Amino acid sequence: MTLLLSATGISKRFGGLLAIDNVNLAVPKAAIHAIIGPNGAGKTTLFNCLTSFVKPSAGEIYLNGARIDGLRPDLVASHGIARTYQNIRLFPDLTAIENIMVGLDAKSPESLLGALFATPAHHRKVRDTIARATALLAAVGLVGRGDRLARHLPYGDQRRLEIARAMSIDPVLLLLDEPAAGMNPVESHAMLELIRRLRDEFGLTIILIEHQMRVVMGISERITVLDHGACIAEGTPAEIRENSAVIAAYLGARAAKHGMDALERQG
Amino acid sequence: MASDLAQGVARRPIALPGGLRPAVNVTISVAVVCAFTVLVGLFGQFSDRAMVVGVLDIGHSLMLAAALAGGAVLARRQRMASVLIVALISGAVAGGLVQALVVVARWANLRWMLVSLTPVTLNRVGFLLPDDQAALVLAASGACAALVGAGLVLCGPIPRRIVLGALGGVVCAGLLRELIRGILGGLGGVDDWGFTYDGLLPAGAAVSAAIGALVTIRPGAARYAQLPPRVKLGARLLCLLVLLALPALTNDFVAQVMMLVCLYTLMGLGLNIELGLAGLVDLGFVAFFAVGAYTVGLLTADATGAGGHLTFFAALPFSIAFAALAGFLFGLPVLKVRGDYLAIATLGLGEIIRVLVLSDMLKPELGGAQGIVNIPKPALFGFVLSSPTRLFYMTAIMAAAAGYIAWRLQHSGLGRRWLAVREDEDVAQALGINLVGVKLSAYTMGAGFAGLAGGIFAGMVGSVFPQSFQLLVSVNVLAILVVGGIGSLPGVIIGAAALIGAPEVLRDLGEYRYLIYGIVVIAVVRLKPDGLSPKAIRQREAL
Repeated sequence: MTLLLSATGISKRFGGLLAIDNVNLAVPKAAIHAIIGPNGAGKTTLFNCLTSFVKPSAGEIYLNGARIDGLRPDLVASHGIARTYQNIRLFPDLTAIENIMVGLDAKSPESLLGALFATPAHHRKVRDTIARATALLAAVGLVGRGDRLARHLPYGDQRRLEIARAMSIDPVLLLLDEPAAGMNPVESHAMLELIRRLRDEFGLTIILIEHQMRVVMGISERITVLDHGACIAEGTPAEIRENSAVIAAYLGARAAKHGMDALERQG
Repeated sequence: MASDLAQGVARRPIALPGGLRPAVNVTISVAVVCAFTVLVGLFGQFSDRAMVVGVLDIGHSLMLAAALAGGAVLARRQRMASVLIVALISGAVAGGLVQALVVVARWANLRWMLVSLTPVTLNRVGFLLPDDQAALVLAASGACAALVGAGLVLCGPIPRRIVLGALGGVVCAGLLRELIRGILGGLGGVDDWGFTYDGLLPAGAAVSAAIGALVTIRPGAARYAQLPPRVKLGARLLCLLVLLALPALTNDFVAQVMMLVCLYTLMGLGLNIELGLAGLVDLGFVAFFAVGAYTVGLLTADATGAGGHLTFFAALPFSIAFAALAGFLFGLPVLKVRGDYLAIATLGLGEIIRVLVLSDMLKPELGGAQGIVNIPKPALFGFVLSSPTRLFYMTAIMAAAAGYIAWRLQHSGLGRRWLAVREDEDVAQALGINLVGVKLSAYTMGAGFAGLAGGIFAGMVGSVFPQSFQLLVSVNVLAILVVGGIGSLPGVIIGAAALIGAPEVLRDLGEYRYLIYGIVVIAVVRLKPDGLSPKAIRQREAL
């Protein structure tokens, strides 16, 4: 089993606050890996470190054997890491399909002169881009909504569009930040199916942050648990469910005896 | 029900619906507005300019408009027929008050403070009549205007539109007389009965009123909407052709105004790339305009520091290139800052260039305050573009070419990347977009457009002075975008026509024409915040 992503000793300090403290992350190819933890545990900060939104204070990150920590975010993206955001960050005044085309264009830019003089090659390229964008829209279940402004899409569709846009740069690693946040059980189940399909059909490796235990336990092969910036547990869902440190972190030490099952039932 | 109504009527005196106070307020407001126009000199400036020759001057039109508005305000408060009587009385009293104020002002002699309050102006308020007759005339006209104003509110929408359209037609024809004279004069002979050099004649006014009314009720609109798209496109092209033919058919004034509109359209297209697409606020846009103008000046004129004696069209590509280079070099350090800070930094650039060309250091090359003169007129294969009309066509062709390029750019992958950066820099970067590269490309290309405009400006005017490159130019271009709709290409043309064309055409108003400029900007921002011609996608989604 070859590792796609390997991050060792990642720390991030904001002034006096140690947001992430010596976290290790090893994710094999085509895995679905979850990162969980209470609010403020440093999950999103870890994502930000992986994508170079912030520079880690210490540690090394390798993707497919190439070191990527400290690179400019656009170069990290060209190495094949794409992400979505906890608070949806689409390009609100662009249409759904344009949101995706931005990523497609960035991956393989068209010739500027071709665009200026509307050459046949340019038209072919545009047709191709539109076809690929339409296919991506279809892949996340947004058929026929390409012409709507992103800001006018319903909430669930915006989450799906964000995933499609992330897919547009043809990544090897997809980071999903709370993809099922704010969704009802039916919607989050559909999201779960979508994530699984992305892995199976596109061979993607997926790391997701998620609060809904039903989603996390149902989909991930391995789970990393963060609390106060530190990794307190790592293992399969079954191991995490039994881990007393995790239960204590989530529910407080006294409630630990009721176990993780209660939390899972709450969703 | 009926008894309620009867009670309501019984409780209120019929003569004063809504009570005494609104009527008094409106009366005083109208009188104060009229007095104000006299005191600050607006009236004095316009009282000798005819709206309709021998009938009405522009100064009194202002007063009548105030009374009209007063009547409308009254009627909107109380939508009853009896309000007409109130409006009548209110307008009459306001008119009498104005003449009373004139008498007081003559007696108090306030000229030491209000320079424009000359005895002649004061006498003109009352049509040079004796005071008692003047009061009567003013009261009668005030009463009529207020009555019409109230009547317009009370009557149905169609008569209202017809009357307003007719009034608008007369006002437009009266104010745009130079433009209309030019057009009619070019078409030959029509101006004898409708227009004189002083302004609109009564017959011309009647025609303008009829045209105005027709435009507002648009009798054939429904049938036009059903025409096939190809016919509509043809109609539009025909309008465009007529518009383009105007300068050739009419006089140099029209050509000059349209040339200025084209020039500002060119600059607007450039700033639209920076601000409208890439979201980079640029208050130093005039700097690139200056670089372009000086490049043409130095390369073509017999200036002291001149590099060569190129022809205008050979020098123009250098204008674009040097301006783009300036944009690139300046963009390198500055584009790392965002938002408001970028605006301040670019503001600095505009001033740096102006101060540089004024400086003693570069005086040997750039001529300092004396600038560069004797720039030869553009010539193509021995055909000298000397007249404003020929220069207009050159500018129009350049603007059309630039418009085509801007349109292609906007819909290219690069255009989408600009939009993405404008919407969310961080997310755009996380999609693999090189922020500095994308921003620099927008800045460089925008600067290139401004350089082209500057080069044309130099060839058009025949001289380049530092005074031509004030901050006001940058602000003008920015205002064009705001008024037309940021990010919209047709909006650039419409904005340029509204903000550059209208004040030029309204030269009659003297320095007050910038009042129009201000009013247009405020009205657009208040009433149509997306601009006069917002982007198509916005329009579609707004439905």
